[in-house]
Amino acid sequence: MTYVPHSDADRKAMLADIGAKTVGELFQVVPEEVRYPLLNLPRAMSEVEILRELQAMSERNADVGHNLCFLGAGAYNHYVPSVVDHIVSRSEFFTAYTPYQPELSQGTLQALFEYQSMMCALTGMEVVNASHYDGATAAAEAVIMAVSVGRGKRHKVIVSPFLHPEYRETIRTYTQGMELDIAGDESAANTLDVLTGMLDKQTACVIVQNPDFLGRMASPAVLSNLAEAAHAAGALFVVSANPVSLGLLVPPGEYGADIVVGEGQPLGNELNYGGPYLGYFACREEYVRKMAGRLAGETVDVHGKRGFVLTLSTREQHIRREKATSNICTNQALCALAAGVHLAALGKCGVRQIAELNYHRAHYAAERIDALSGYSVDRSEPFFNEFIVSIPIAPAKLNERLLEKGIVGGYDLGKDYPDRAGQMLFCVTELNSRRDIDCLIDALAEVA
Amino acid sequence: MTEPLIYEISRPGRCGCFLPEMEVPESALPQEYVRKDLPLPEVSEVDLVRHYIRLSQINWGVDVGFYPLGSCTMKYNPKVNERACRIPGLVKTHPYQDEATVQGNLQLMYELQEALAEIGGFSAVSLQPAAGAHGELSGILIMRAYHHARGDTRRNKVLIPDSAHGTNPASTTMSGFVMVQIPSDARGNVDLEALQAACDDTVVGLMLTNPNTLGLFDENIMRITEMVHGCGGLMYGDGANLNALLGIFKPAELGFDVMHYNLHKTFSTPHGGGGPGSGPVGVVEKLAKFLPGPIVAKAGDAYKLVMPEASIGRVKSFYGNFGVMVRAYTYIKMLGAEGLRQASEDAVLNANYLQAHLKHVYPLDHDRYCMHEFVLRGQIPGAPDVHALDISKRLIDLGYHPPTNYFPLIVPEALMIEPTETESKETLDEFVAAMKQIAEEAKTDPELLHSAPHVTPVGRLDEVKAARELRLRWIPEPE
Repeated sequence: MTYVPHSDADRKAMLADIGAKTVGELFQVVPEEVRYPLLNLPRAMSEVEILRELQAMSERNADVGHNLCFLGAGAYNHYVPSVVDHIVSRSEFFTAYTPYQPELSQGTLQALFEYQSMMCALTGMEVVNASHYDGATAAAEAVIMAVSVGRGKRHKVIVSPFLHPEYRETIRTYTQGMELDIAGDESAANTLDVLTGMLDKQTACVIVQNPDFLGRMASPAVLSNLAEAAHAAGALFVVSANPVSLGLLVPPGEYGADIVVGEGQPLGNELNYGGPYLGYFACREEYVRKMAGRLAGETVDVHGKRGFVLTLSTREQHIRREKATSNICTNQALCALAAGVHLAALGKCGVRQIAELNYHRAHYAAERIDALSGYSVDRSEPFFNEFIVSIPIAPAKLNERLLEKGIVGGYDLGKDYPDRAGQMLFCVTELNSRRDIDCLIDALAEVA
Repeated sequence: MTEPLIYEISRPGRCGCFLPEMEVPESALPQEYVRKDLPLPEVSEVDLVRHYIRLSQINWGVDVGFYPLGSCTMKYNPKVNERACRIPGLVKTHPYQDEATVQGNLQLMYELQEALAEIGGFSAVSLQPAAGAHGELSGILIMRAYHHARGDTRRNKVLIPDSAHGTNPASTTMSGFVMVQIPSDARGNVDLEALQAACDDTVVGLMLTNPNTLGLFDENIMRITEMVHGCGGLMYGDGANLNALLGIFKPAELGFDVMHYNLHKTFSTPHGGGGPGSGPVGVVEKLAKFLPGPIVAKAGDAYKLVMPEASIGRVKSFYGNFGVMVRAYTYIKMLGAEGLRQASEDAVLNANYLQAHLKHVYPLDHDRYCMHEFVLRGQIPGAPDVHALDISKRLIDLGYHPPTNYFPLIVPEALMIEPTETESKETLDEFVAAMKQIAEEAKTDPELLHSAPHVTPVGRLDEVKAARELRLRWIPEPE
């Protein structure tokens, strides 16, 4: 099975028109010593066989459909409404390329324009692009954009130690050839106040996460002060935020963020073992021409009718390509479509309600866990839907025992923060009912 | 037919979702943290569905019709792939689950790494990059890491032929290097003299797309790799054009040291209106330790995630676009070695068939066998005012997605045509007829081309206005 329609007779007729005797003739230009190598691959399978094989592979997983999930830390188990998969399964959407021919692509373009509009509302920002690969690469691109806004003269980037550890790693990978001074995350003692003190005339930006990697929320007043300090030093203020939290919380646009990024997966995209996800990227309008990634914009056609096009698209590949600060081309458009459908389905009230469900159920869980003997929850600062739990046994052991009871447990914080050995991050979403939480409580009480 | 914006069909109080009850007592919420308003639309589920279905109806995909967009490999996306990637036991797994609980996922990733390595002739593959350009960036950073590990930090030049893909220069700049453009010769090959002149001990490597963006296999490939290796540089292969060569040759055997694959081109995963893609990167043995990671290793019967010893680092969170990997894995398993080679052979056959029929109608700069695509000039003798854009827009009227326009930059009025292997002879014949009809119309009724398209919900759009008067989100009309 090769999905090719030609019969041998077709091929023969076509070769005759080309003026070649065999297909092999078309490949004469390939050096003979390397031509037609043996490909050592498994034999071809039928649809029945491959689906059976994949089903068997999937059964070697302990998935969160069969187990309760209290794991988050950057990837979140939310409910994806049925309409989302129905829409993204429309093959007019998913078998389309990037909308280079706008007259044939108004569907994709308008859906992206609507996604951009709704994400602007959610983040409180003026511009959102049509997506990056994920939260981590969006953060890295934000840093590079800030350096570019600083005309390449500011080389220092201040990174909160409580920005997702993988985002911090990705920033370093992306910028390894750029001779930047990345500071701030060398110590978990570097609070927002300490980061504020590090701002200077060399600083291109300061990047923080809110709620932070440990689930804690800083107050808008505190973040606003950091924004002002950054601006006073001539630096940009970059915030990474879980979009579900923004259903409830004051958006970064209101406390002075210049760039807002984050993992958009919680909006309409399944866990999928880490991808495909959705890097959302927002900025203030004054910086839009420095922003990487595609943008859908409104315009009119020759008859004056409203329509949509990709705009400001000359930046990466076309005109000034070696001056570009990003090479992004293919993005996560279908994931952005899913997020847009999800936001529109939930709407003004639903997005708020989901956020409240997450908040209150997480607090219920935290309170119950804190009351267990041997466990304590860090409640020194407000949190959204994730919280820090000190546990009485080794995290790996705890998760192993929880799994025996059908529960995927939390994230071991000792991996990234040596001073937090023995602490775990638990996450509660609208998919965890009160009964699920009570199950977790019983299991935690039993295993330790 | 145009469709109102989702905001314009919004009515207060509607919601398209049924949410669970709170079930738990409410906790105190610090009011200074809470946002005041959230201006999102309010629509019912049925209105939402109709809105997006109507949008889908004004969109073109491979499932709608022929999509010969050069350089993009718009082949048919098998439907079994979509079923495969939705298997709940694969979808509903969290990236931070213990490795012992995701052995199925890791096995799939491991086998895909192995299959891609075999196809490319490479020693090791990382599946982490999310797109071709992302794989490209990874590849250049790998080359950088390789030179630095040898203590060679003088190298700062990346050689890029003028027939390369558009992202190559940007990837180079991002990596802190400068690009040196190498011209093409009269046959569309890399100009060997210019290459020789540029080859010195400051060369990081050459980024070569082969077949190049003219659709031509470089006739001097062995000389090129010799010259680049001779000056201590590495050979980067842009795998965007891999669809021409599955089972025809292995890039590593031509001397490529590192190459990215586009799973969303060659391996039939859909483009999604712009993404998600997947851009794994393969390398020869001496570069394996620099791969981005984690990647999957096998120890006995168990699979585990490992970070290569001297990795350039992670290029994104987690392990790559897993859902895309499932589709590509399914495709490779269904085709097998013979099917993959058949796909490439027919892709090249189809391109040559179209080229043979169209080269007498539209100018062809390099008249020799092409690989999976070819580039015509959108210039018609006797119709000086007609441009590639007019031809493209008229194709829309006749029921086709246009070819890539104005790329590669080295061909004036370029029309870059890539039919792929999944199109039948009848489709190709009808396309040839349409292209001939347009060439006639260009002479007899050029206005018909200038005013095209005529059948779409909107006519030609004012892109200058879009860029000058930016409207990038919905803003309510003032009341």
